[in-house]
Order: sequence, then C-alpha cells, then structure tokens
Amino acid sequence: MTNPLVRRIGLALAAPALAAVFAVVVSAIVLELSGSNSIDTFGTILSNGFQLETFVDTLNRATPLFLAGVAAAIGFRMNLFNIGVEGQYILAAFAAAVVGAELNRFALPGFLHTLAIVATAMFVGAVWAGLSGLLKVTRGINEVISTIMLNFVATGGIVAALLPKVITDPTAPNQGTETIAERAWLPDLNGVAEVVTREIGRGRELTGVFLIAVVVAIAYHVGVNRTVFGFDLRSSGMNPFAAFAGGVQPKKMVFLSMVLSGVVAGLVGMPEILSDNHAYDQGFVQGLGFGGIAIALLGRNSALGMTFAALLFGFLDSSSAVLQVQASASAEIVRIMQATFLLAAVVAFEFVNRIRQRDEVARASAATETPNGPTPSIEGASA
Amino acid sequence: MKRSWRNLLMLLAVFALAAAACGDSSESNDASEGGDDSGGEAMIGDGVNVGLTFDIGGRGDQSFNDSAAEGIDRAESDFGISFTEAEPNEDGSNRAELLQLQADQSDLVVAVGFLFAEDVRAAAGDNADTNFAVIDDAMLDFDNGAVPWADNIAGLTFAEEQGSFLVGAAAALKSETGTIGFIGGVGGFGLIEKFEAGYTAGAQAVNPDIVVIPQYITQAPDFDGFFAADRAREIALTMYGQDADIIYHAAGGSGAGLFEAAKEQSESSGSKVWAIGVDSDQFNTVSEDVQEFILTSMLKRVDVAVVEVTDAHLNGNFEAGNTVYDLSVDGVGYSTSGGFVDDIVPQLEEFKEQIIAGDIVVPTEP
Repeated sequence: MTNPLVRRIGLALAAPALAAVFAVVVSAIVLELSGSNSIDTFGTILSNGFQLETFVDTLNRATPLFLAGVAAAIGFRMNLFNIGVEGQYILAAFAAAVVGAELNRFALPGFLHTLAIVATAMFVGAVWAGLSGLLKVTRGINEVISTIMLNFVATGGIVAALLPKVITDPTAPNQGTETIAERAWLPDLNGVAEVVTREIGRGRELTGVFLIAVVVAIAYHVGVNRTVFGFDLRSSGMNPFAAFAGGVQPKKMVFLSMVLSGVVAGLVGMPEILSDNHAYDQGFVQGLGFGGIAIALLGRNSALGMTFAALLFGFLDSSSAVLQVQASASAEIVRIMQATFLLAAVVAFEFVNRIRQRDEVARASAATETPNGPTPSIEGASA
Repeated sequence: MKRSWRNLLMLLAVFALAAAACGDSSESNDASEGGDDSGGEAMIGDGVNVGLTFDIGGRGDQSFNDSAAEGIDRAESDFGISFTEAEPNEDGSNRAELLQLQADQSDLVVAVGFLFAEDVRAAAGDNADTNFAVIDDAMLDFDNGAVPWADNIAGLTFAEEQGSFLVGAAAALKSETGTIGFIGGVGGFGLIEKFEAGYTAGAQAVNPDIVVIPQYITQAPDFDGFFAADRAREIALTMYGQDADIIYHAAGGSGAGLFEAAKEQSESSGSKVWAIGVDSDQFNTVSEDVQEFILTSMLKRVDVAVVEVTDAHLNGNFEAGNTVYDLSVDGVGYSTSGGFVDDIVPQLEEFKEQIIAGDIVVPTEP
C-alpha cells in the first residue's frame, strides 16, 4: 500500500506530466512527418532554453499571458465566460497610450505619469467588462455573446475610428500614438535579476510589469481563497442556488467579478505600453486575450497553475525564433505543441480526477467500515 | 473569436501540409546546401548567407511573402547564396529576436514588411557588420532631414500608385458599363489609399466620365480586412449589382472572395464581369475555375527588390536609405497572363512611358 500523501502528490503531478509527454510525442510525429529531425529540434529548444536571455524572453512573454489568464479565471471561477479579455485589453491599452501621450505636455513627476497610464488602463478595462456584466444582470444577456460582440466594437469600432485622430505622422507606414515620455516608462528589472545572474545581454530587458504580475498573482490567490468575496465567488460558481440561499447576491457577484476581470485585463497591454513600445501602433501585440483563456484552462484557474502555464507558453513562444533560424523547423511546430499541451491537459486532468474520486470513495468507505461488523454497502461509490 | 478560428484553420492547414510535405522539406534542405550544389563553378554568393524574415503568414501566403520567397529562391540560383527564412509568432511579439538571430548568421537580413522597421533599427545598431533591408518602409529619419537611419539600413518601397494607374487604365479601356469598382482591404493607414488613387487616376485618364466605386473592408487597426474573403465577396456582388463590370482589389487574402464573386455574377447574369488581382500575378495563384475572370494583376515586384538588394550587397553597392521600385525599374507593373489585355497593351505601354518620362504624375491620395 503506497503512502496516501505520496499518492496524492503523485496524482497532482501526473496530469501535467501526462500532458507533456503527449504533447512531445505528437510534436515529434509532426516534425518527423514534415521531414525535420525531432531529436535535433528538441535539442535546439532545450539548449536555447538554458540561456539567460531566453529566461528573460520567457518571463516577458509569460507576464501578459499570466495577467490575461487571471482576467479570464476570475470569471471562470464563477462560471462566467469572459471571452472579451481581448477587446478589453486592447481598448484599455489604446486609451492608456492616448492618455500617456497627452500627459507628455504637462509637467508632472514620472511616477504620477505612470500611475495615470496604469489607472486609465484598469479603468477602461473595468468599464468595458462591466458593460457585459451590466447587460447580464439587467437584461439577462449571456456574457459570452456580449463580450464577443464588444470585442468587435472595441477593436473594429472604437480603436479603428479613433486611431486616425491621434496618430502623429499620417505619412509613416506604421502609424501609432505619440511615444510616451521617458519619465513614465517602467524601469526594467535587469539590475534586480543581475544580482543573482550574469549580465543580461543582447538588448533584453526584463519588463517591470513582471512585478505587477507578481502582485496580481498574490492578490488573486489570497482574494479567491482567503476572503469573503472569494468564498462568495467560488460558491456562486459551484452552486449558484446554494450560494443564493446562503445570502450571496448573484447579480452583485456577476457585476463585480466582470469588473474585476476587466481591471486585470486592462493590465495585459502594459508591458507593451510601459516597457516595450511606449505607444499604440499597428504592431501592437494582439491575441493575448485568447491566449489568456488557454492559460486559465491549462492552469485550472489557480494562481500557481496559471503561473506554470504562462511560463510554459512563454517558453514555447520564445523558442519559435531559434527553431526557425537555427533548426530550420517551421514556426507552426510551436503552435502545435501549445495546442496539444492544452488538449492533453484537459484530458489528463479529467483522467486523474476520476482516479482521485475513486480514491476518495475508497477512503470514505474504509473510514466508515466498522472493525467487527459487516462491510457497509458501498452503494454511494457507484452513484 | 475570429482569430482563434484562424488559429484552428492554420493548425489544420499545418497538418495537411505535414502530410504532404516531403517535397517541401527537401526544398528547405536544398536551401541550406545551395552553395555546395553548384559544384566546381564559383559563384559570387558562395558563403554568403541571407536571412529572409517574413511577416506573419510566411512562405505560402500566395501574396506578399511568397513574392519575397520567389526573390530569394532566384537569388539563390543566380548568385549561389544560401539563406535562412523565418516568420514571427502569430501575435507578432518576437520580431526583434528573429532579426537578432538572423543577424548572427547572415551578412544581409531582409525583413518583409514595415512592422519590422523599429526592430531593424535596434538590430542594425547591435550588428554593424550586417546589412539590413526593410520592405515597404523608407527607413529614413524624417525628423532630421530624411537621412538614412544608419549606413547598414536600406528601405525598399514601391510606387504602387503607378502600377495601379496602369490597371485602372486597363479597366477603363475594357469596361462596357462605364462603372468600375475598387475593394481595399484595410483603409485609414495610408498604404491602400495609394492603390485607390492610382487606379482612379488611370481610369479617368482613359475615360474622364468613368464612375469608380471604392470600398474598404475594415479600417485600421482592424486588419481583418486582409483575411475576409467572405466580406469581399459580398461587397463585390453589391458592386457588380450596381453595374460595375470590373473590380480591382488591394485586399490580400480577401481577393479570393472577389474572384469567386466575379465567377458567380458572370454565371448568374450571363454577361461576363472581371476582377483585377494585386501584388503577384494572381492568374497563376488562383484555382483554374476562376482564372478566366482575372483580367490582369497589378504587380508589386517584391521579388525584384529582394534580388536587387542581394545583388547590390554582393557587389558592394549596398545603398543605405530609401530605394523606390517604380515603373522605370519594373518594380511595379501589370500582368498579361491569360491574354485578356493583349489588345490594349500598346495603350498601356504608352501610359507607362509617359509616367516614366514624368509627363503623367500619378497621385498617391484619392
């Protein structure tokens, strides 16, 4: 008989391990089919992965993905499907870039300038997501539909209509907002990281937004697991009727969690605005909102799980360049790995969950078993 | 949502490719060994590696990127260079890293698309020994008197309005209704308006009374207009319904919808309507059943630019700053595949000469 604790930990690790093996096997098959050497390719991924600069790339990419994951997870926790993180963060980043550029003209200290940009992003994200929440509680409109529609309104409507009004140079091919003054840029964290590592080379800068993501991770974990609001959130998600009977106001919870989701979504574009590009232009990174949904699914809505998921996706993303240039594999191999990870994780978690449930039933029946009486019926187990 | 569907489609496409890709991969192997294959014959490009960096979509997009790919293939066989090709993540987040890796092992890095402009400036600063060329951006510092950003940065742009002028003239010469259409993929950022301006000017040069109906599928920054064949089809059918008999598109992948609409309209109404392609000779890239509806295509010779810049680099003539590929160097033009415009080639050539001579100045804004 194995130690139950060891078995529990083993089960917790089994799902991601199974998913990883499956993803690697599928990717290897695709690589071989497309004529690349899979061993060489994985070798390139690994040797690249152990470089300091790749760590920085991975963290830089994981930061917005993680934030988008948290934004989606806040909704998922109470069975709200906020598909609108995409539109929320793009609209928020656009508004933040415009406000940031306008503030260039005023003399104010750098940290206030930064604060105004971040606050704008969080506010706009909250308003845009809150709109869906409002539609749901007042008119009963399904949030999936309203958030998808608002994605189009945000990117295809509002940003498209307003961008031409704020561009700096109408003749430049890549038109965007005015670059935000340097005083508002978030300092990079290279200095902090280099305390424990060698010097970070090749122009890589670890984004300062990474710290914001750490704060969000802690706040999310504590908020969901250790506060009244978090309890209400989780109980509404598990059983809205029971929660209602317990005094939780469902409408208030729906609205609040959409707003909170939007606040976090607003932060997703901040690495681009505060660390990378310092403006909103046509190269603005899109698709992070949908990436966030994948992160939330893969990380099972837990802060730790999503951290690993974001790091994994960030790492795979940052392998794409070196795979193409040095291993002459196609860029799509990274996409295939991400997709199979996601698919495999969903299946593996379900599989491990079944084993866990069976264990629990076995334990429960063992506990209720009286030492000298007959074995109690285990009808409950089959139910 | 649309995006994730696109991802899914891409994934499926990859599987389809993977299944049938043995030929594909041997091609890329050839690419890396290109220099050795030439046997004893010494070529000017031996030992020179070019890093071709596509924009999102990469080789196989049957348009912009493919034209660049065609250029690098030709440079490989003409000069004996070797090359590595790469494309960014779908969200475009790793352009800088791609350029840097390319610069590590290449003597010349060609970046396909203006979105690379800023990252090229950074990479060129770190890699003074590598030459960089960006397609579709002038790469000039306009704030300081339009000087090149650095000695190792070139910008390769095209006089799209001149090529569009010629297909506009062709449309006006061929139109029977006196009404023609223009479908732009994405408006509001200046590039596609150049196509519209040239097209309209060319049509009016032939027939001052011609009616040109312009429509854009989306407005920047919503770039879905380049991938919305369904919406292009709807727009085209509406235009044909408004009596237009020839429609020109500058809408990337959405053009497929226009070609489909031309076929549908011709078959349902019984009188033939036409479509005009863009960037590459689309007669050669579409399926056979719509070929007969493609009057001509406005050619934007990205391949010429890639070959020329490679040639210049190999011969030590690499020129920093902007090079415009216009009619005079055949950087733009029109296609004659299918033979539908053969009868009007003399008129078109006359316009071409007038433009080259400067007698006609083609506008760049509608």
